[in-house]
Amino acid sequence: MQLTNRSQIVVNKQMTFWEKMYLPAIISGLAITVKHLFRKRATVKYPEETRPVSAVYRGWHVLKRDEQGRENCTACGLCAVACPAEAITMTAAERKKGEEHLYREEKYAAVYEINMLRCIYCGLCEEACPKEAIFLTDRMVPSDLLRSSFIFGKDKLVEGTSPETKIDISQRTNAHRKP
Amino acid sequence: MEFIIVKFVLVLIVFLVSLGIAAYSTYAERKIAAFLQDRVGPDRAGPFGLLQPIADGVKMFMKEEIIPTNADKGLFILGPSIMMMTACMTGVVIPWGDTLFINGTEYAVQITDVNIGILYIFGVVSIGVYGIMIGGWASNNKYSLMGAIRASSQMISYELAMGLSIIALIMTTGTLSIREIVEQQQGFHWNVFIQPLGFLLFIICAFAECNRTPFDLPECETELVGGYHTEYSSMKLGFYLFAEYINMFISSAIIASLYFGGYNFPFIDQLGLSHNMLTLLGTLIFFGKIFFFIFFFMWVRWTIPRFRYDQLMHLGWRIMIPLALVNILLTAGVVLWKNGQLFN
Repeated sequence: MQLTNRSQIVVNKQMTFWEKMYLPAIISGLAITVKHLFRKRATVKYPEETRPVSAVYRGWHVLKRDEQGRENCTACGLCAVACPAEAITMTAAERKKGEEHLYREEKYAAVYEINMLRCIYCGLCEEACPKEAIFLTDRMVPSDLLRSSFIFGKDKLVEGTSPETKIDISQRTNAHRKP
Repeated sequence: MEFIIVKFVLVLIVFLVSLGIAAYSTYAERKIAAFLQDRVGPDRAGPFGLLQPIADGVKMFMKEEIIPTNADKGLFILGPSIMMMTACMTGVVIPWGDTLFINGTEYAVQITDVNIGILYIFGVVSIGVYGIMIGGWASNNKYSLMGAIRASSQMISYELAMGLSIIALIMTTGTLSIREIVEQQQGFHWNVFIQPLGFLLFIICAFAECNRTPFDLPECETELVGGYHTEYSSMKLGFYLFAEYINMFISSAIIASLYFGGYNFPFIDQLGLSHNMLTLLGTLIFFGKIFFFIFFFMWVRWTIPRFRYDQLMHLGWRIMIPLALVNILLTAGVVLWKNGQLFN
């Protein structure tokens, strides 16, 4: 009974003299390898060139500020609860008088750390966030020599206040809203 | 006195050139391997990764020197030393070029023209086996010993076929001096056209003698960890690896000079250049031929997988040696027939 047309009958055929010489086979092998000498290289030299990534790529997180440059995060801890890898830790603090231009609400995250080695870049923190404070971006986390330097604090997560240092997430949010 | 100075300078140049070429062969090997596999290869150290051999050398020197407790210390150090010494010694008899006229005196671009040049090379190369054997034995490690046994039996088996293939060549040339053999191939009368079978046997044996793929059983990682140099570290390992590349360079030079006319090239007389210019051009062309064969060694390495051990021995004893004998017989017949001595 033949189920597929991929089956092959095994034959224990003796090699002919031509095949036993091996040299023709070796020469055709050499021809194949030398053709590869002129092929396009598959390598992407990473830090200098990067592959194009999709608009919804999930990489290095950003903690957003609002239009007036105040941090959105209120240290509610929902992202930390949602995180399946338990990569997020934070310490909440109360906003003092005179800090209204820094933090949008009365409570804020004094310390906010993501362990980039634990993070699995699933994006659940972004979904859990009620304040639109945390987003994943298309930036890749750079390599480093120390494990401790992969614990990213607010210095590496919060975006800047000036327009140049703001991190654009419009592509990502638009892509999410589409359906 | 002047003789000694000239020879000393030549020795120094040949020594440095073979070291330099061996160093850059490691780079070329990695680059060619990468290119044949659609990769880029080392490109971080310097432009196009050209400083990679220096980085590798520094790394080798900086590594910790380990001599195993149960190893035979004297022999353990002797192994790589023999290997390196014999590798550097073979370059002596190779004619790197024709003669140069400096201030009216004629200097041959060769360290010494021994009239038994080929025998000298064979002698020195077979001492090289001791380097591997002693190193593997002194390590007191079963993998090293297995690698060493494989290496020495392989080299001895293939040296026979190599010697026999050379005998056929010597019968046609009538000399053992490499310079004379090269001079006979003036222009385009290369020995490869006279001795195609001999050339084929010789190049296969050269692969085996250099422990290059498909004959790299002495150091096949999948079976023997690292082969005969498993226990070696730091520059002693470096010496083994380096000697292998020098051997490859020297075998390429021998193949080029015995079968591909050495420093001769077609239309050498029609260029109308001065003698010194022709010598320099010839040397450049000789190095071009050597580089081609080094490339060929690497090309084959990244094409053909390694033999099984019984296949290796089968090929060596039951195919190469009979073929070499047949080649000798045919050559002898043709030489006699040309001299009119065959049927009377």
